Amino acid sequence: MENQILTTENLFAHYGDIDTIKNVNVSFPKNSITAIMGPSGCGKTTFLRCLNRMHELTPNAGSRGKIILHDEDLNKLEPIEVRRKIGMVFQRPNPFPTMTIYDNVIAGYKLNGIRKKRIEFDHIVEDSLKKAGLWEEVKNNLHKKGSFLSGGQQQRLCIARALAVNPEIILMDEPTSALDPIATKIIEELIVELKNTVTVIMVTHNLAQAGRVSDYTAFFYLGDLLEFGQTEKVFTNPKNEITEKFLTGKIG
Amino acid sequence: MTETNLKIRSIKNIIFRTIIIGVALLAILPLFFIIFYVIKEGLSAINWEFISSVAKPIGESGGGILSALVGSSILIVIAVIIAIPIGISAGLYISEHSDSKLSSMIRLSVEVLQGTPSIVIGIIGYFWFVKPMGHFSALSGGIALALMMLPMIVKTAEETLRMIPFSLKEASLALGVPYYKTILKVILPAGLSGIMTGVIIGIARIAGETAPLLFTAFGNAFFSTNILKPIDSLPLLIFNYATSPYTDWHKMAWGASTVLIFFILILNITTRIIVNKWKIKY
Repeated sequence: MENQILTTENLFAHYGDIDTIKNVNVSFPKNSITAIMGPSGCGKTTFLRCLNRMHELTPNAGSRGKIILHDEDLNKLEPIEVRRKIGMVFQRPNPFPTMTIYDNVIAGYKLNGIRKKRIEFDHIVEDSLKKAGLWEEVKNNLHKKGSFLSGGQQQRLCIARALAVNPEIILMDEPTSALDPIATKIIEELIVELKNTVTVIMVTHNLAQAGRVSDYTAFFYLGDLLEFGQTEKVFTNPKNEITEKFLTGKIG
Repeated sequence: MTETNLKIRSIKNIIFRTIIIGVALLAILPLFFIIFYVIKEGLSAINWEFISSVAKPIGESGGGILSALVGSSILIVIAVIIAIPIGISAGLYISEHSDSKLSSMIRLSVEVLQGTPSIVIGIIGYFWFVKPMGHFSALSGGIALALMMLPMIVKTAEETLRMIPFSLKEASLALGVPYYKTILKVILPAGLSGIMTGVIIGIARIAGETAPLLFTAFGNAFFSTNILKPIDSLPLLIFNYATSPYTDWHKMAWGASTVLIFFILILNITTRIIVNKWKIKY
């Protein structure tokens, strides 16, 4: 295998007294796209949110075990630091409604009080929007509020915002579930391109999407990681019976 | 069903609708009468001298309400300065921790405070501030008015901030922004228009309050901007002039009432504009 960027060791996550993620051990290869799949309520989103310590923001929720980025255990760092290294894109586009497009992109700097020269910010904005495939559409409206953008454009703006702070990994939680098919296609193509810059771990409900986009697939069922491997292999020749049932539409 | 039956039904419908519309009109009628009457009596008193000069001694004609206008403005500014930070903080706390014990205590206190008669707030202002200070003052009046407008600000702040979707907070936290900065730079700005509305409605509410000022700001026949001294205000001026035996002063009371009503009307219209124009789409 290629070199690994993120590894979980004996990762458990819970809401109240109930473990929703049970003993997950997995390694994500660098500059790849991993799709996390499984039926509703299997812990996909919980697992994803553990990786950048967002899970613990929910009342009575928490996780234990190790999450290792390079050589560092993320559970021993400050959550704020972790989230600067591992960005996140959510189900519904959530740009900041009070900010312009420009300010949205550099929100990670602005909100954290990191000062840079105007020209540096200009570069970051252009670069991030280009990577997110939005530059051509908004370059003349950078200083307008983003609320006139379509849902798909807003989601790309959110991707640009996540990219702007140079994360090593971007987590995506069903990033296209609120979008129409055309916007979905654009975002999927974008995700494939992103792999040159970052590692992408995405939750998806859509088998076809996982097949089109991902290099690796992780299959969760009732909080257990049942299968992890190259998407092609998992899809064509699943080792686990439940995975096969899911892929053939018998459960889900 | 027969045709007559249907006809009776539709007639009943018409009668019912007419009654509803009639009663609804009845509800807004008093407002129009009040505005009409006040303007009729007061408009003729209003001219540049009326709003730009201080009162003349009894017997001399002319003079204006400048000291009351300035006094009211000072009282409102003091009230706003005190009530805004406390009100927004309380609203923020109960919107962020809606289930905590402290929150339900704050909510209950706000309800009770809102229901407290304004005269009681005036007496409390008197015992807490006027007595210890030894004299009436604009400051104590401002504090009494702040107590009056506080519930409005807490409630609107809470309601506005609770409407802000959690996804916005998540977006900020996921960028590694600490909680306090998320609140200050993302949540509060997103709720700004709603909070502003609450503040303006609060101002409109206290601008005409008389009772809390009787024991605190007291009123002042002379022009004053000293917040540690008694100060005049529009409602106090109206009260004093209207209860005086001089027709000249009655006219001035009507004029001051017109000014006050227009001020409150403008504030209410402003909130409508803010709500419509600054609406934030999430």
